[in-house]
Amino acid sequence: MASEEPLFDPSLKKRKPKKKTVAFDEDPLGADADPTQPAPDTIEPTTVSGDVVDLGPSTAHESMKLNGSEGAESKKDDDELKAMFGDLKKKKKKKEIPMDFGDDSGTSTPVAVPAASGAAEDLDFSDIKKKKKSSKKKAAFDLEAFEKELNESKAKSGGDDDDEDGPEPGSTAHLDVDDAELGDDPFAHPDAPVGVDAGTEAWLKSDRDYTYPELLTRFYASLHAANPALLSSSSKRYTIAPPSIHREGNKKSIFANVTDICKRMHRQPEHVIQFLFAEMGTTGSVDGAGRLVIKGRFQQKQVENVLRRYIVEYVTCKTCKSPDTLLTKENRIFFMSCESCGSRRSVNAIKSGFQAQVGKRSKNKTG
Amino acid sequence: MSVQNLNTFDPFADEGESLGTNADVGSQANYIHIRIQQRNGRKTLTTLQGLPKEYDAKKLLKAFKKEFACNGTLVEDEEMGQVIQLQGDQRTKISTFLIENGIERATIKVHGF
Repeated sequence: MASEEPLFDPSLKKRKPKKKTVAFDEDPLGADADPTQPAPDTIEPTTVSGDVVDLGPSTAHESMKLNGSEGAESKKDDDELKAMFGDLKKKKKKKEIPMDFGDDSGTSTPVAVPAASGAAEDLDFSDIKKKKKSSKKKAAFDLEAFEKELNESKAKSGGDDDDEDGPEPGSTAHLDVDDAELGDDPFAHPDAPVGVDAGTEAWLKSDRDYTYPELLTRFYASLHAANPALLSSSSKRYTIAPPSIHREGNKKSIFANVTDICKRMHRQPEHVIQFLFAEMGTTGSVDGAGRLVIKGRFQQKQVENVLRRYIVEYVTCKTCKSPDTLLTKENRIFFMSCESCGSRRSVNAIKSGFQAQVGKRSKNKTG
Repeated sequence: MSVQNLNTFDPFADEGESLGTNADVGSQANYIHIRIQQRNGRKTLTTLQGLPKEYDAKKLLKAFKKEFACNGTLVEDEEMGQVIQLQGDQRTKISTFLIENGIERATIKVHGF
């Protein structure tokens, strides 16, 4: 082959780097037809689409060979190359999908979970201490499974496990949504049967007392089995789009989606903006497009922190942690009434506090 | 027959009461506020406001300046009273310093981004 190629037109040389670029894009299929044949061995989970992927470059290579043998007309070759590129692009997409499947099914977690459960069952007959540990693990897995059945986000389960409070439910949400979407599916399927079967039967076979986590998982299992309506109701999660902060010039930041976030929180933009300014110790204005122009350099993370604090202070209900609240003003005092639990409390007025003199005094004459 | 003006009822008493309760409900007076302000460039200013009367702001400022290796000044404000003003972002340092020296964590409010 390689000896034949230089004999033909320079168009073939042009083709070579193209081939190489294609090869860079697709790793297992990267080399020529020869490595494509071992490729299906490396990619095990790819079944149908994997075959398609393998067939693609082999056909490409064959066509290339054909082109090489024909060699005379470069236009045809180009056309075919283009066609091949189109195919390859399609195949890339196809390939990504089986790769995702591979990630889902091939990750260590689902493999590890049944192993852990099996180990737990084995350990149940041997030692009590180990039993407790294993049951704890099991319980954790079961909780996770259940919560993922609820489509709750990963953060909440993590919070349950780590005993962290949820003072910042709103703003962590948008970070966690992706994790939840990615992480839920592989976990949910292998875990669910484990939680139901092993959790109930673990202490039936042995003489020991049941541990608290086991009972807890059993309670949750029976609870959710009894009324599946809970699953859908608790799946709600308070999410807010992250604030989009741009820099305008050198000394101003633009908070573009203030109005969206305010709508999402059901709060007046004036209130939110007032809080932002008071908290960040700066001033600003709202421009024509409804964006907030903040004096000073602020990064998205910083604004997000302030928003998080606002949500904790003025949006979430203190008693039931529900974000479904209304803020009303009566006699110069803001009251926050919860829509879900009906509690009502007054909230602190926003005070900007002491503002130090910044900048030239001649510029900043007040009054 | 009763003349309204002769009533012992004090019209201002009610308001005073309600204000008193409001002060209890949404009181901001007891908090120690630590704030930050941006100056030009990446310079910042930290202000400490609402220090309890039993602490000597002047001595505290001196301790701050020595501890955090920064300059600072004591500002008299009509509304806020004495405000300690330090150069740079000293918020966490101030809060840890105050907590270590026996001020409750719950009374300290750190503001800013």
